[in-house]
Amino acid sequence: MVDVALWSGLRPLVGGQDSIAVEGRTVGQILDSIRRNYPALAPTLDAGVSVVVDGRVIASSLTEPVGENSEVVLMMRLKGG
Amino acid sequence: MALDSSKTTDFKYVGTRPDRPDGLDKVTGRAKFGADATAPGMLFAAIKRSPHAHAKILKIDASKALAMDGVKAVVTRADFAEGLTGETWNVLENVMAGETALYDGHAVAAVAATSALIARDAMKAIEVEYELLPHVTDVDKAMAADAPVIRAGAADASVPEGLHPNVVRYYESGHGDVEAGFAEADLVIEDHFTTEATHQGYIEPHACLGTLGADGKGELWCCTQGHWNVQKLCAAMLGIETSQLRVTASEIGGGFGGKTTIFIEPVALALSRKANRPVKLVMTRAEVFRASGPTSSTSMDVKIGMKSDGTITAAQGTFRLQGGAFPGGPCEMTAMCAFAPYNLTNVHQVGYDVMTNRPKQAAYRAPGSPMAAFAVESVIDELCNQLGLDPFEVRLKNASREGTRASFGPKWPRIGLVETLEAARAHPHYTAPLKEGQGRGISCGFWFNHGGETSVSLAMSEDGSAQIMVGTPDIGGSRASMALMAAEVLGIPYENIRCTIADTSSLGYNEISHGSRVTYASGLATIKAAEAAVEELCRRAAAKWDIPEEAVYWEDGYAKPSGPNAGDHAPLHITELTADMGATGGPINGHFEATPEGAGVSFATHIVDAEVDPETGATKVVRYTVVQDAGKAIHPTYVEGQFQGGAAQGIGWALNEEYIYGEDGRLQNAGFLDYRIPVASDLPFIDTVIVEVPNPGHPFGVRGVGETSICPPLAAIANAVSNAVGVRMRQLPMRPSRVLEALESKDG
Repeated sequence: MVDVALWSGLRPLVGGQDSIAVEGRTVGQILDSIRRNYPALAPTLDAGVSVVVDGRVIASSLTEPVGENSEVVLMMRLKGG
Repeated sequence: MALDSSKTTDFKYVGTRPDRPDGLDKVTGRAKFGADATAPGMLFAAIKRSPHAHAKILKIDASKALAMDGVKAVVTRADFAEGLTGETWNVLENVMAGETALYDGHAVAAVAATSALIARDAMKAIEVEYELLPHVTDVDKAMAADAPVIRAGAADASVPEGLHPNVVRYYESGHGDVEAGFAEADLVIEDHFTTEATHQGYIEPHACLGTLGADGKGELWCCTQGHWNVQKLCAAMLGIETSQLRVTASEIGGGFGGKTTIFIEPVALALSRKANRPVKLVMTRAEVFRASGPTSSTSMDVKIGMKSDGTITAAQGTFRLQGGAFPGGPCEMTAMCAFAPYNLTNVHQVGYDVMTNRPKQAAYRAPGSPMAAFAVESVIDELCNQLGLDPFEVRLKNASREGTRASFGPKWPRIGLVETLEAARAHPHYTAPLKEGQGRGISCGFWFNHGGETSVSLAMSEDGSAQIMVGTPDIGGSRASMALMAAEVLGIPYENIRCTIADTSSLGYNEISHGSRVTYASGLATIKAAEAAVEELCRRAAAKWDIPEEAVYWEDGYAKPSGPNAGDHAPLHITELTADMGATGGPINGHFEATPEGAGVSFATHIVDAEVDPETGATKVVRYTVVQDAGKAIHPTYVEGQFQGGAAQGIGWALNEEYIYGEDGRLQNAGFLDYRIPVASDLPFIDTVIVEVPNPGHPFGVRGVGETSICPPLAAIANAVSNAVGVRMRQLPMRPSRVLEALESKDG
């Protein structure tokens, strides 16, 4: 299981939890697991998110590996100019 | 054999300052920009735009226009695809209004004719009947309970119940207990700040030449930061297959984020399809102001608590971004960037994306970050002033470092904020004496940077020179940087490499040139493509020597046997390997496709001296120093140019530039005479210091540099002006009238 930290705007959608524990060894698997186990977060995932894994911002790649002890943080999808 | 060219020191070509490859074309007028394309039988187009801020479109009558000699086609929304959803629908609705004109300048119809003059006359002859609707252009008013609803149901799932329907996205993050933190502080300051919408101010207006046949095959030439994105959006809006539309990016006369989307390209293609002729469409400057994508205006509240020793105990920010008549104001970026430079135990930030009757905002260099820095760094400056603390010491004391937790959640990897602060503090600018009437301000700034989908192809020529094809339009000197990185890997001179921006039919998909990603991502892909070519060159050498591939290595343009056991072979120069490549296995190429995800974030620290004329309120920036972490400067002159460009645009944003809307909701200053961007005489020499804290996510350590440079200027200049006049400046731009009001408030 990997702990995924949520931005505080998402916490009301998961009963006030700061983070959720989900299965997954890649960014894609983790997002799938969130979608399955926390359907209230699905619209947020659909709107686009980035995932920070051990300090690296993963903007779109679903194949990036995630370790069991990785620090994983969900972020709104980044955009730039 | 797997080749890895990764290194952060001992470069031969990287870090040098060769001439830019596009220099001669640019100064002699040979470079072809968006409006420079022509085609046999070409028509000229003009767009009919709403004069109203908000109005229902009751009827469009083009009969008089179509009856004019030379007029070949008129299009309205009915000529575009139906059934689009999400952001593609938003962009189409912005390109051509459906049932409602949502802002002054919103396109409602377009006409193509045999001359530009006829097209403009015909555009005026199109009659549109409107029913006026109430409008709102101010972000705070748009959130008020009695504000007109611009589009019901536009809000996404992030918006809590109870907010006005014009609030379409909401972001909230943070950690700790801010109230407890404020209670620990010796001084708490809370202030309200506003910034106005500004335009990227690119000199080249949007322009394109489109051809689309009844067979669904098309060609499009346009000035853009991302032609694959143009291809994708235009194909969807015209109901054709993506691959059937070939898009070529012209040279670009500035973009700064404003050319990451589309405004006119589908219109030219729709007119072409209807008229069966090529159609050229060029925006006027007034159209660029009224109907392209300026940045968001903001309304912000920031509260920070500090102990008397300079420790920040808590920070809280509320950021309301006006995004025009569509979702997209970068409220989450503003909120996430706001306190990024600081290691905070207690922090809380909230962002609102708010719709108004203005043009759909677009990206502008680090979208959302400069405004946040203005509010946060102003409060920190005021705290330092009132507590008698050195602004550098306070920032260093609280600075984000590797391993500290960012305000938006994750722990920082290796970052270079402290190095920029230390370099700025050591710069002679900081201790130089100020004259009467002058003030000094400093500020930090932060931007994420980005990787993104990237494809690069490299081909060797028989004479040992190389050509690189990249798909990221060169908006800041990237062709030179790509050539330098390839030269480093191949071991051939920079001058022997030509880098070309490929069209969408000549290379795999490439994301837009945005997010300061090009030197990072296309650079990484160029290095990998060059490595692939080098591996093949080594294979060819191994075959010539009849030794294993593993026994050959590449050094400075030569294949060499790796040791005595590999045999006694004279090194083979690259030209000896490419000369007969057709006979030794075929052409030697390299390519690389990936979505690199190791873009390193970037921090900057700016120092500004400003002088205020107490009689006129006019401000002049008299000295400016930019210190920024570039990771590794591939072409230092271009990096310095990016630093200076961000500072120059920041000076305009801070002092003069603003979209001014009248009570009627119409833009009052749609031209460079009334919307004043800085010119050379407004600017001091902008000194630069390149800090290099290598990004571990790039083979040579590159971090993006294009956007971070515009993050600190608003705050640094505001702090300088505030310290010069002795009054905290909380509204941008600090135009002379505002400065005079501030001076009068102090005296009165």
